[in-house]
Amino acid sequence: MQNNRFKAFITAVFLTVFTFGFAASDKEASSEDKPFDTKELIFHHIKDSHGFHVAGDVSVPLPVILWTDNGLVTFMSSAFHHDIEGEVIVERKGLKFVNVHEKIYQLDSGASTVSFDAESHPTNASRPLDLSITKNVFSMLLSMVVIFLIFLTAARSYRKSTDNVPTGIGKFLEPIIVFIRDEVAIPNIGEHKYHKYMPFLLTLFFFIWINNIFGLIPFFPFSSNLSGNIAFTATLAVFTFIITLFSSKKYYWKHMLWMPGLPIPMKLFLAPIEIIGMFVKPIALLIRLFANITAGHVIVLSLISLIFILNTEWAALVSVPFTVFISVIEVLVVAIQAYIFTMLSALYFGQALEAEHDH
Amino acid sequence: MDLVTPEWGLIIWTSLAFLILLFVLGKFAWKPILKAVNDREDSIKNALSEAENARKEMQDLQADNERILKEARAERESMLKEARELKDKIVSDAKEQAGLEADKMIKQAQATIESEKKAAVADIKSQVADLSVDIAEKVIKEQLANKDKQLKLVKDMLGDIKLN
Repeated sequence: MQNNRFKAFITAVFLTVFTFGFAASDKEASSEDKPFDTKELIFHHIKDSHGFHVAGDVSVPLPVILWTDNGLVTFMSSAFHHDIEGEVIVERKGLKFVNVHEKIYQLDSGASTVSFDAESHPTNASRPLDLSITKNVFSMLLSMVVIFLIFLTAARSYRKSTDNVPTGIGKFLEPIIVFIRDEVAIPNIGEHKYHKYMPFLLTLFFFIWINNIFGLIPFFPFSSNLSGNIAFTATLAVFTFIITLFSSKKYYWKHMLWMPGLPIPMKLFLAPIEIIGMFVKPIALLIRLFANITAGHVIVLSLISLIFILNTEWAALVSVPFTVFISVIEVLVVAIQAYIFTMLSALYFGQALEAEHDH
Repeated sequence: MDLVTPEWGLIIWTSLAFLILLFVLGKFAWKPILKAVNDREDSIKNALSEAENARKEMQDLQADNERILKEARAERESMLKEARELKDKIVSDAKEQAGLEADKMIKQAQATIESEKKAAVADIKSQVADLSVDIAEKVIKEQLANKDKQLKLVKDMLGDIKLN
């Protein structure tokens, strides 16, 4: 049974990689004379976008939501007709909007076309607050629905059972939840104080993990690079940082600003380092997740791109097995990255909570 | 540079999504699940400790049983011994008592016999005396009926008496 499932999974990965390959090849076919731009393809994929490209010329429009001087402006991304060069101008509430490389700009009053400077930044347009449901936001909302479905079902299976034994998905999730409690929360935070942090750690772990997995699945409505987006990882790291500061005890600050048991010049030397360290910890947290997930996407895309760079189908013989290999490794990596993010968050909380007698 | 510049839109959406997840899951998923897991672990721990206690109690009970059995055996032993001793004592006491009683009865009998004998002897003596006197009277009467005989008697008697 186990083996069959594994085989099915491998087959699924293989097939989806092929599907992706075909999708990419369609794109290639439409612009045959231009040289294949790997960097363009990869960056197009790993960056956020308005509208969700499915395959070939098919793409799902997503709502664009802007907060402008004239209030809330909403329209579907299809209004741009796939233009990302700032040529199609959408007029709403007397304001003109263009899409320049998946960033919405609002033309200054009086301007009728966008003009660019040497670095191709628009000179006569500014960016309104963009609250659009982009590909990443869409993916995140989808992950929320999936997470609610999974965990509320699991919770219900506990409630229904008379002896607190879960059924179905709860049975699968419980070891992971217990793992987070016994291997992440309790050793790092401590037997007595870990309760308060469990909801945060569990939510964090599953939110990251499930979004990582969504990123691995290479077709609509998944495949977005949400957990490899720096805004996403930064937000979560900021949550960890804020909770660390709010749970910090006197000893944490004393240890940082005036390290006990050292000569005074050493204390003066260490204090700035420790203060920098306080900020470096969440920054390292956000960069680690961002870099790992983005790198995973880049590797898979690069390997697939080999076929088009070398311009021969035979390259598939090498690149497809490698892609499968990397994808399987990525399955591990995404779980490990979610675990590390959670583990380090718990570690920081534990450090902040540390009291004098613990040493 | 675009890649490492966080977009405000996504930051706001992520914060919103995460807070909603944290709140809803915290209330409707993590709390009941963790409570159920903890409850179950507690109940398992309790069951284990109860089993251990039961085992200990069982052992205690067994030890108690053995001790009681041993005590009972010892008690039976001592009771038997006591009974035997009592029996022996009663028997020996009875024997002794019987002996004494018998002695006493024998002695009484002897005394009675003695006294009866004495009485009988005395009676006989008095009767003999009476008879003797009677006989003597009769003999004397007959002997002293004639003069010769009276004189002979005197002579005999005088002859017996030796004058010193």
